[in-house]
Amino acid sequence: MTRMRTRLFILHVLVLALLVVLAVRLWQVQVVRGEEFVTKATETRTRAVIVPAVRGQILDSSGRPLVRNQTSLVVSVDRNALLRMKDGGVEVLRKLSTVLNQPVKQLQDRIRPCGPGISKPCWTGSPYQPVPIERKAGTRQALQILERQEEFPGITAEIQSVRQYPGGKAGAQMLGYLGPVTEAELEKREGLKAAFSGVDLAGRDGLEEVYDEVLRGKSGLRRVQVDRMGKAIGVEQQVPSLAGDHLITSIDARLQEVVEGALHKAMKGAPQADGGAAVVLDARTGRVLALASAPSYDPAVWAHGITTTGYKRLLSEESGKPLVSRAINGQFAPGSTFKVSSVAAMLRAGYPLNGTYDCPGSYMVGDRAFNNFRGIGLGTLSLHTALVKSCDTIFYRSAYEQYLRDGGRNPKKNAKEVFANTARAFGFGKPTGVDLPGESSGRIPDRAWKKNMWALTSATNCKRAQTGYPEVTDAARAAFLKLLAQENCAEGFVLRPGDSANFSIGQGDVLVTPLQLARAYAALVSDGKVRSPRIGWARVRPDGTLVERYDVPVVGRLPISEKERLYIKNALSQVPSDGTAAGAFSGFPMDKISIGGKTGTAEVWGKQDTSWFASFAPTGNPRFVVVAMVSQGGMGAQTAAPAVREIYEGIYGIKRQAVLPDGKPAAKLPKFSPDGTVAGG
Amino acid sequence: MTTRAVAGGRRSFARRAVGAQSAVWRLDGVMLVAVAALCVIGTLLVWSSTRTWAPGSTGLVKKHILNLLIGTLLCGAAAMIDHRAMRAYSPLVFLVSLAGLVMVVTPLGATINGSHSWILLGGGFAVQPSEFAKLGLLLIIAMLLAQPAEGSDRPRDLDVVLALVAALLTMGLVMLQPDLGTALVLAVITAAALIIGGVRKRWIALLVLVASAGVFSVFHFQMLEPYQVARFTAFIDPGVDPRGVGYNSTQSLIAIGSGQLFGKGLLGGGQTTGRFVPEQHTDFIFTVAGEEFGFLGSVTIVLLLGVVLLRGLKIARQCDDRFGMLAAGTIVCWFAFQTFVNVGMTIGIMPITGLPLPFVSYGGTATFANLIAVGILQSIRIREQSFD
Repeated sequence: MTRMRTRLFILHVLVLALLVVLAVRLWQVQVVRGEEFVTKATETRTRAVIVPAVRGQILDSSGRPLVRNQTSLVVSVDRNALLRMKDGGVEVLRKLSTVLNQPVKQLQDRIRPCGPGISKPCWTGSPYQPVPIERKAGTRQALQILERQEEFPGITAEIQSVRQYPGGKAGAQMLGYLGPVTEAELEKREGLKAAFSGVDLAGRDGLEEVYDEVLRGKSGLRRVQVDRMGKAIGVEQQVPSLAGDHLITSIDARLQEVVEGALHKAMKGAPQADGGAAVVLDARTGRVLALASAPSYDPAVWAHGITTTGYKRLLSEESGKPLVSRAINGQFAPGSTFKVSSVAAMLRAGYPLNGTYDCPGSYMVGDRAFNNFRGIGLGTLSLHTALVKSCDTIFYRSAYEQYLRDGGRNPKKNAKEVFANTARAFGFGKPTGVDLPGESSGRIPDRAWKKNMWALTSATNCKRAQTGYPEVTDAARAAFLKLLAQENCAEGFVLRPGDSANFSIGQGDVLVTPLQLARAYAALVSDGKVRSPRIGWARVRPDGTLVERYDVPVVGRLPISEKERLYIKNALSQVPSDGTAAGAFSGFPMDKISIGGKTGTAEVWGKQDTSWFASFAPTGNPRFVVVAMVSQGGMGAQTAAPAVREIYEGIYGIKRQAVLPDGKPAAKLPKFSPDGTVAGG
Repeated sequence: MTTRAVAGGRRSFARRAVGAQSAVWRLDGVMLVAVAALCVIGTLLVWSSTRTWAPGSTGLVKKHILNLLIGTLLCGAAAMIDHRAMRAYSPLVFLVSLAGLVMVVTPLGATINGSHSWILLGGGFAVQPSEFAKLGLLLIIAMLLAQPAEGSDRPRDLDVVLALVAALLTMGLVMLQPDLGTALVLAVITAAALIIGGVRKRWIALLVLVASAGVFSVFHFQMLEPYQVARFTAFIDPGVDPRGVGYNSTQSLIAIGSGQLFGKGLLGGGQTTGRFVPEQHTDFIFTVAGEEFGFLGSVTIVLLLGVVLLRGLKIARQCDDRFGMLAAGTIVCWFAFQTFVNVGMTIGIMPITGLPLPFVSYGGTATFANLIAVGILQSIRIREQSFD
């Protein structure tokens, strides 16, 4: 019995020890590490649901909506829920495909996360968030899904607000579109980052992208208590969302419509035309009043979640790549519209303003004859007439002379390159800085550019110089290409005499965008200041309070005197009445509204000419600068000039209702009523 | 001392019953208060953890209270039976419990919550014979080892062998269900009885050797179900698979830890309400206490269990006969093991094992067995002091 008592005593000690172990461990778990587990408990017990803020509208200069919101039923797929199913959710997707009338394959494509080797259509958002698959579901479809949840596990239908475009295709590229925000972008954002939500969208192009911060607002947060199965059992915390601000633009919706119509008509009138753009600037302020690109597309395809075929169509050659804005990304040789820069260059180089210049039918540049248009000589001209009649040989000659002065083929150390540098001062060769993303810079083919190009392409060119182009079936073209390759291989780094001559009349390697040309003309006809055009005018709160007004920055000055500037402007003022555009403007009441401008017809090898018309009105004290460009549109006077004429007719109300009856763009921001609606808008 | 024990046995049952007052005086009141407190706390916790889903919200609490009432009656009955009589009936109790285990293996057995260890009685009631088997084995081993060899205070070798046979038989049947947790409790009961019973150290060494070999072969020949292996893996590293096998331990730690010092109050536990911890009214009921009553509450439960254990040990030490001492000591070891393993698994210091927390967890048969054991302890206590 003593032995037993001893052993019981040992047991006693053991039991006490175990109790102490438990108590110590409990202290450690509950008191020492308590906070940590409270945090973890909150994480497991609650789900943060992002309540997206209502995105601000994009308004025109009178407060008319260019982009507004509309609520619609959105059907989303929780991919992770599907993956957990035995068949990977195929059965559910099949049922869904019948309800939504979309192929199963398409649904599968759209819910897979984007990644290396997986391109659109795919889900750019977080792989853990439901993927919106149908953004304009009908009530019937939504009910079918909601009422038979057991048949549609992982599928939800809820009300969301989506973008709506009252103007349809008008200005689609400029307005941009929304796409699901990526996790990386969300990381960078300030404020609520509690959860990544598939319903969070970000501007992906155009104004939506540039002014994303303004329009987005602040997402709200609803922290929902859930049980083990993820079923919501209550709301723990609620932070209301803050609606985004509105963006007032200087765009006039009705003018935009006119511009779109004119461009469309011009494109239709030129059978080969494959793209066009038109820009209307407020000549005095540099604000953009309309910006159109053709072909266009209906941005609603984004708002409702783009389909596989829809996305492919937007990128295809067949549809003319409507996603690309020709106004800021279309880079074309400007043709004679460029002569305003060349005249300025001549003046800078010391050619007299009031001198007379010989305009022969042909001029020898080095060993090659460069012809006037149709080889016709125009006699002795002033610079004024040279512009009005668009003489080429005067520019060939001066450009060649300056070329030689710089040292010709063996350039001096500090070559002046006056033509190239003047073009730069006019704002060519670099982005205008307009408030749109991804703008192209155009190209000024000077000596430095030649060298760079040669460094990049000589290897290919020299190889082609040997092998030729056996894959090109057209023998003449193949021979031409081979010759070109040989030439480029041998002396591609040299700016040749012909290059300088071509440059002076806006042909050859020089490229400009329609917006660059428009702002150069705006500088020329207003005050000589080169501006960075702006579309955004002001940021206002949803109740109409002004938050910020966006100024139009001045980024340069034309390198000519006021006298020279007015001289050129006056010359251009005569073009539509007496010059190359006289035909296009015949019958236009020039006595009431005088229009100035310059046609441009740029040759493109193997294609139709690019048709340009750059204009301003009224000539006395210009209010508007209108530029139109139609790629493969033929002659400037033929296609672009009539389009511009139609735009002016719309503005001033000639043979139709006036868009801007007093001939002035809106000068004041639209007024908002206290309830946030636009008075009279 | 044998004479004293026999003298006590001579008192008629009727007199003991009538002379309740004196018997009540001899009861271990402290232990009973502790047990009662645990049962009350357990009832609250069962309510808190089942109210969101049980039929009529109080369905399970009502059943639990009914179980406690029946258990109290059984406890009283056990306390009234002279433990020496109990000793005589031990073989019978053991055989009945064995029969129960056999019935589970036959088509009469039923599977509830994934363990095939039940016999349905109808009317929504079911018993778990393995819980009674703990009592049966405990009693038979205590009986066998209570008769020391001639001129020695150690049990006879034959009795030790018989005890081991009884243990292996019971454990074997339990493992057929399979119920690893209960089998472990049976092993502990056997080991405890052998050690307390004064078995020679070489026996103990041999048993340790055999047990080690057994554990080794269990793992080596993969006799465990995959989920059981997974539980051990998850115990060693809960991060292995926090949504799978590690889920239970992770979630129970979160629930208990988030209770902090004072707890979130009864019914205030979000983890409990959300049912993040599985089996939170049975095996994981301690997590509810941890979350809603905090450190103070959960330590109180541990202390109350400690009171039961230490009072039990006191009863064992003060007992004058080997059977009483063995039975009491073994019961304490049983409770101690279950307490430590159950609380330990919820706070991440023991692997997950399907064992209920004595007096607190929901579960009819376990409650009956536990309260009967308390009755036995009281019975031993009452008689040991008969001649003081």
